[in-house]
Order: sequence, then C-alpha cells, then structure tokens
Amino acid sequence: MTNGTTAAHESHLATTTGLNHRKLLMWLFLASECLFFGSLIATFLLYKDASVVGPYPHEILNIPVTSTSTFVLLTSSLAMVLALAAVQRGDVVSGRFWIFATAFLGATFLGFQVYEFYEFVIHGLTPKTNVFGASFFTLTGFHGAHVTVGVIWLMSLFFYSFRHGLPAEKSLDVELAGLYWHFVDIVWVVIFTVVYLISSLEPAAG
Amino acid sequence: MAEQEEHGAAPHEQEHPSPAKYILIATYLTLITIFEVAIYYVTALEDYFLWIFLVLSALKFYYVAMFYMHLKFDAGIFKNLFIFGLVLATFIMLALLLLFSIII
Repeated sequence: MTNGTTAAHESHLATTTGLNHRKLLMWLFLASECLFFGSLIATFLLYKDASVVGPYPHEILNIPVTSTSTFVLLTSSLAMVLALAAVQRGDVVSGRFWIFATAFLGATFLGFQVYEFYEFVIHGLTPKTNVFGASFFTLTGFHGAHVTVGVIWLMSLFFYSFRHGLPAEKSLDVELAGLYWHFVDIVWVVIFTVVYLISSLEPAAG
Repeated sequence: MAEQEEHGAAPHEQEHPSPAKYILIATYLTLITIFEVAIYYVTALEDYFLWIFLVLSALKFYYVAMFYMHLKFDAGIFKNLFIFGLVLATFIMLALLLLFSIII
C-alpha cells in the first residue's frame, strides 16, 4: 500500500534529462563514496592480520557493544524515512520531530564510537600501535566523520525548519539529507560485517 | 537556468512506501541483525560464517538501498549510477586483495 507521499509534493526542475539534477548529483557523489569506502575496507582487510604486535582484532573487538550501536544506526534510518514521509505529506511538526530523532540517534551512535575508541586506547590499541590499529581507526574514523557531517546537516535542517518551515515543496532538501544518511548506514552494515563479525573470529596471522 | 516548476509526480518515479512499510523493513533489519549476532556465538557454524554474514549483510544493504533510499521507486538511472559505483568499488577491493595475495 502506498500513501501518496511520493514525489507528489516534490519540486522538479524542468531539465533536459527530466531528472532532478540535485538528486542526480547526490547519487553521483554516493557512487564516488562507494569507491572511497571500498578502498578503505580493502586496506583494512590487507592489514588486519599483518600486525607483528598486539592487540589483534579477535582480542579487542567488542561485538555486543557494536551490535547495539548498529541497532541504533539502523533505527536512525527508520526515523529518517519517517521524517521524509512526514515532510512530503506537509506535516511539519512530525517532520521536525523525526529529523531531530535521526540526529539524536546519530549522535548516540557517535557516543558509542567514542566509547569504543576510548576502550581501545585504554587496552593499548592506538593508530600507532600496529597496522591493524592504523587501518581500523582510519576506516571507522572516516565513517564516524561522515556520521558527524550527517548529524550537523540534520540539525541544520531542524533549526532551518523553525525559521523557514519545511513545506512539502522543500521535501527534496530532506530527501537529499536522507540519501546521505542512509548511505552512511549501509556503509556501516558492511563495516559491521567485515570488520567486526568476520575479522574478530579469525586468528591473528602467525 | 530552467525555472523550477511543480509536478504531481516525476515521470520516472513511483510512489514511495507508506510509513507502515518502512516500519516493517526496520523490523526485518533488526531481526537480521539479531540473527547475525546470535549466529556469531554458534561455533558449530564457524566454517560457514563468512558466507552467512556476507549474505545477511547483502540482504540488509538491499533493503536499505531499495526501500529507504527509494532506489526501487526512483528513476532507473539513479540505481544504475549507484550500482556502477558499487561494482567499481568491488573490483578495486578484489584487485587489491589479489595483488597482496589475501585471497587465492
């Protein structure tokens, strides 16, 4: 069942392609981001078992904590689509609430990441300790930076809505933020599987 | 620059899902994540972990990209553009892993 909240309220440019060029540009950016994170993940896979000193992945990665933060990030994606649906049907108050909820859950995820980094440093893993540490902090750090940008973007939309409202015609602004947010979410889905679930099981290279 | 104008719906787009459908997808994603973590502690399945986790991860990726990012409903060029990036990224990863003999 559909609710008619589609692009029904969206504004579209009368472009030669018939496509909205802002949206096209966002997808092009996300495609390039695939290459960026793909390279970082491949680099992590190259180095995760190449450390000559510990701590090694299976000794330090905390699956229960990361599972919880993964759940938080997935929930934020739900809040994001509910924000977009609300804005598209002209419900500014709900839209504003869900945008704030998304940003709040994103900030909570960042809190988990800060806690994890702190714990790792306490246990002797820093970017300088070994190549696992260097590649791990680079990959998850860049992802965290992306989440931070997303939270700032969402909070900007939230405060913007008080001054200018969030009319249905402006729903593309929310949709673009949403595309970015969901991308950050699916990158984490991959990181959680590759870095945490798979890597933490394998013994360190001898 | 072309003027902005409003249409009922873009010609390339279908209607987005309802909030109820979004919540259903979120339930799927949560269940898959719980399943992943539960399986992680079943050591008897350790030989199959890699493939199980990759399939479950791909499933979550699919649900978010298709439904939350609306690739299933938007113009096909957006989907093709994103898939192109994904395929290129996969080749880069495989090339690096082969180059350093991590796989094969």
